[in-house]
Amino acid sequence: MAMWLTARTRKYSGVLLALPSVLWLVLFFLLPLVIVFVFSFMTRSTSVTGVTLPFTLSSYERAFNVFDVILIRSLRIALFTTLICLVIGYPIAFYIRTRKTVLGRNIALFLIILPFWTNFLVRTYAWQVLLSENGTINGFLRGIGILAQGESLQMLQTEGAVLLGLVYGYLPFMVLPIYASLRRFDFRLVEAANDLGARDLQVFWRIIVPMTLPGIIAGSILVFIPAIGSFVTPDMLGGTKTLMIGTLIGDKFERDRPLGAALSMIMMGMVLVALVIYAWGMRKESQNNG
Amino acid sequence: MANTVLSQPKFGQLVAVDDRIKRGRILQTVGRFSGGVVIPFASYFFLWAPILVLVLFSFNASRTVDVWRGFTFDWYLNVFNSMGAGSARSSATLMESLRNSLFIGAISTIIATVLGTMLALSMARSKFPGKKIVDGILLVPMVIPEITQGISLALFFKIVFDYVQNTTGERWLPGFGTIIIGHVAFNISYVAIVVRASLQGLSKSYEEASYDLGANYWHTFWRVTFPLILPGIIGGALLAFTLSLDDYLITFYNKGVGSGTLPIYVYGMLKTSVSPEVNALSTIMLAVSTVLVGTSLWLQGRNGARAD
Repeated sequence: MAMWLTARTRKYSGVLLALPSVLWLVLFFLLPLVIVFVFSFMTRSTSVTGVTLPFTLSSYERAFNVFDVILIRSLRIALFTTLICLVIGYPIAFYIRTRKTVLGRNIALFLIILPFWTNFLVRTYAWQVLLSENGTINGFLRGIGILAQGESLQMLQTEGAVLLGLVYGYLPFMVLPIYASLRRFDFRLVEAANDLGARDLQVFWRIIVPMTLPGIIAGSILVFIPAIGSFVTPDMLGGTKTLMIGTLIGDKFERDRPLGAALSMIMMGMVLVALVIYAWGMRKESQNNG
Repeated sequence: MANTVLSQPKFGQLVAVDDRIKRGRILQTVGRFSGGVVIPFASYFFLWAPILVLVLFSFNASRTVDVWRGFTFDWYLNVFNSMGAGSARSSATLMESLRNSLFIGAISTIIATVLGTMLALSMARSKFPGKKIVDGILLVPMVIPEITQGISLALFFKIVFDYVQNTTGERWLPGFGTIIIGHVAFNISYVAIVVRASLQGLSKSYEEASYDLGANYWHTFWRVTFPLILPGIIGGALLAFTLSLDDYLITFYNKGVGSGTLPIYVYGMLKTSVSPEVNALSTIMLAVSTVLVGTSLWLQGRNGARAD
């Protein structure tokens, strides 16, 4: 091929490669969000779109005044989910990375990915089987005599059940990015640090954690966002006392579109905080590498 | 001189022993970091126990899931006999929704993997004005929880279709097209982020060496970059396919008549109550996943072995 084409391709490749994705995302992602943003400031109506003029802040006012308990609960559940996933997920990623053979590593990885490949609904349903009133755990407890016949522990429709379901559902989102970071991590650095007199804890906190920080941050983001917006898990494992913002948005969007839109925007505000942390972490990382 | 020294067996043995000690020390350290065996195995138990219980009770001779009362295939027969029947929530059959899921998953994965890989290359290897903005746009789908994606896209299509009907008189309806557009929209970023991570872990010097040796952009990508980041691309594609098959919310808000997917079909069944038929159906889905992921990992393993 002609050399000028090569030179030009290289010069403009960045823009050309990004263009199709950017167009797709602007058209089918940003534009719809702008519509929701605008709708959140409009007045409820019975038209096709569900909104009308004038512009008002009343939906936000109602969201914060009436649904503040649900907003705080959602944030709390999402944060706990992320934290628990990190504490459980990091050792798993480490365990996979340190298998001695390729086969061992693949099996360890396979055992993490497989439940993840199973439909999310099925995985959530599995907890229904375990936790329900006549479920396996209650049956087991009755069988060994801890519970009397006809007695059962109320486990479904609690915040704990929702938290359990979320951790279970999103744990692989935490493990995979951390594993990806660890995979690139050169373990000779551990040896070097040991030779230079560093203790294990020092090696962990000052070498391994900073080197895998992109994975940790990416994993936390990937867990936090679906957790805060979760719809299926609170619906299946929770009850009215564990109603989260996602369910509320879905519900309000059908009946009161500006309120549903305003709740979406508030949820995105919470997520924005997480995003700022992500951007900060990534910048720090690129500074370290640069 | 080095040759003569190394050729002496005694010194060679010493080197080997020294290597073994070092390797042993690394593994020991690493072993302590990984929390030994207890933490990972407790985690694997946590991940697998619910699924195993689900599978076990799909063979239970009683309709309950609390006590084991013997073995039966009845629930599977019930599922197969009812494959043509509609679910509580939609008029679609199980077979039809399964076919829809695979079709939508395949098409949206292909589009998202190609676009996402291109975007990742752009992000990791090029500089151009407005790159920061592109970086921000890439993050948008990860920032927006699914429920917001679902309703905002549905609203967008509602407005566009309404406009089309008013101007041309044509009646556009949601269906496969709208679902695939939605799935690609959320999958591009996941693919791009996974592939970009591979690219960031890959030194630019390989590509620079290729350019220095006279290869053009196209050749460099296919013969140097692509083989090196292939695990990342496959990982991204698998993630995209999984997310597409898994998606309930975006599909729910953007589906049309006859385009409902498996999650739409199953959700109504799962939500109502625990039943052995649902256990059986779930077990079948698990088995299919096992075969799928096993095959893809096996392919990746073969690929990796060849690259080494």
